Amino acid sequence: MSERIITFGEATREAMLEEMRADERVFVYGEDIAKQGGIFGQFAGMKDEFPERVLDTPISETALVGAGVGAAIAGAKPVIDLHFADFIGIAMDEVLNQMAKAHYMFGGQASMSLVLRAPDGLMKHGAAQHSQSLETWFTNIPGIRVVVPSTPANGKQLLKAAIEDPNPVIYFENKGLFPVKGDVPEDLPPIDISKAEVVRPGADVTLISYGLMLTKALEAAEVAQREHGVSVEVIDLRSITPLDMPTIYDSVKKTGHLVIAHEAIKIGGVGGEIAARVAENHFDYLRGPILRVGARFTPLPFSPVMEDYVLAGVKEILGAVLAAAPADATTKDDAAKAGEAA
Amino acid sequence: MSEPLTTQQAIDLYTTMRRIRRFEETVKAHIGKEIVGPAHLYIGEEAVATGVCSNLTHKDYVTSTHRGHGHTLAKGARVDRSLAELYGRTTGYCKGKGGSMHLADFSVGMLGANGVVGGGFNIATGAALAVKQRHGSEVAVCFFGDGASSRGTFHEAVNLAASWKLPVIYVCENNAWASTTRFDDIKNVDYLSERAAGYGIPGVTVDGNDVESVRAASAKLIARARRGEGPSILECKTYRRDGHFITDPQKYRSQEEVEEWKLYNDPIDRFRRKILLEGKVTQADLDAAEQRLDDEFDAALEFAANSPFPKAEDALDDVFSGEVNLYE
Repeated sequence: MSERIITFGEATREAMLEEMRADERVFVYGEDIAKQGGIFGQFAGMKDEFPERVLDTPISETALVGAGVGAAIAGAKPVIDLHFADFIGIAMDEVLNQMAKAHYMFGGQASMSLVLRAPDGLMKHGAAQHSQSLETWFTNIPGIRVVVPSTPANGKQLLKAAIEDPNPVIYFENKGLFPVKGDVPEDLPPIDISKAEVVRPGADVTLISYGLMLTKALEAAEVAQREHGVSVEVIDLRSITPLDMPTIYDSVKKTGHLVIAHEAIKIGGVGGEIAARVAENHFDYLRGPILRVGARFTPLPFSPVMEDYVLAGVKEILGAVLAAAPADATTKDDAAKAGEAA
Repeated sequence: MSEPLTTQQAIDLYTTMRRIRRFEETVKAHIGKEIVGPAHLYIGEEAVATGVCSNLTHKDYVTSTHRGHGHTLAKGARVDRSLAELYGRTTGYCKGKGGSMHLADFSVGMLGANGVVGGGFNIATGAALAVKQRHGSEVAVCFFGDGASSRGTFHEAVNLAASWKLPVIYVCENNAWASTTRFDDIKNVDYLSERAAGYGIPGVTVDGNDVESVRAASAKLIARARRGEGPSILECKTYRRDGHFITDPQKYRSQEEVEEWKLYNDPIDRFRRKILLEGKVTQADLDAAEQRLDDEFDAALEFAANSPFPKAEDALDDVFSGEVNLYE
């Protein structure tokens, strides 16, 4: 596979175009997407190829999501851009009481194949109403798939899988991801939308993350190895409903130590759910307490000094990894090296 | 104006209204026994669903309200499977997962009763959007109550449909009561259809207890939508004979009000008197129609009562489409 470096925004645009070419039921609408190309440029030029299937809407989140429900019921496959995930609350009844329930409460009669694209996470200095990570809310609502891409490549794969999935999917794409560049080969294979991925193998600590925070988790894992001799296995969840527990259990069985890190608020987060399931089902694997890393329990403040303080970063993840690591991790690692040398 | 009704059309309209009335009376008779939970009856409003749906095919869509039995039957759903749903049986349209407030038969384009007041506006709008995307000729009809007209979803949906000229007709069943509050006390226009002007679309108010008026007015708006000329609002002034819900003690209104309606404004009585007077049908025609309904309801009651209940663990089916392992 030859290397092809493009941004996350471009990768999602490719995913959209490929799906629209393959299936005429797919169309996309949202605020400022057709002419302006989307707030992050992720829809740029799409209207040229599909003038009737890329639509600008009124500023009307309730109608956008609710109409998506109706369109899906009537056999279309709408993709709805929410501009910022922070505004999903405006459409919450349509998400909670219509989109999530239609397939179930009508006894399986309703087709509900639609995707909400929800740019979430920090918008630098955007303050309290423009920088939230709200994905956890939706993991407590039966009937919705929740996925969170972390790279341009899996951003493309996950968006394609989301559009092809028969269920409603909320695709939480971090605002900070759009300009991020990465290798997206032409012949990118499809992925299983429900599966997590071990992105860095390791022996001492399992570190689980997702979304843009994964980049920070990988950085922390690198520092832990290089400067502290702690071998960290990093798992990218990609899907938070459902959670790929078998991949997590396999890793924790091997390492015995677990850290979960996300940009979203720590309290009531995905980390808590994973910790609970590991403790309930495989307490015997654990050789130390499970640690979580996430944002502090406060709306995001404007001033940069406070903004940095509220959100967790590489430093906090590294601190948790080192605190979770077995006391003999370094010596064990050294011993292994000595063994190899011998 | 529209063509005069044929004898067969008159019998069909009468039969549909009677089917709805009898269904609701059946629900009343079985509530607290085979039928549990909340149920909102459509008695008094039969002319609206019947008149509008007489202009639709099974390929057209309707969205309904919490008061959805009438829309379901008028759109062509079966009495037996509807009743089985209210009985909580596997043979119900929603396999016992929906009940009265989520009754739906997608095979005839009935996209569901809805437990959220004003929940149907956007869904009907979206169904119309899907039709427009595929260059279809179907329309969507959104039935909604006067109470729902105060929801924000009304504005967002109608505005979107008007902006995009979607083939959707918003049919207000103004039954005078928003839950237990008199609608006149919570609005500031004489006719709800006046609001259409704010969206640049037609708004019409008709006597919703006159099935022929409803049928004629909706026919025009439906034809207009099929021609690609966009949405409209049809207000049908009707009356909710029973309470908001089936066991509502109705302390908020006088019995005289209800009695007056029974004397002068019951849509089924009005239509019966009219078509008999016009000589369009004979009493024998109507008796025969009633006999067919007797048979239909006898069979439906037997079907529902003899249908199996779901297994408790069936509750976990249909959360997702396809296999999704949650690894709880």
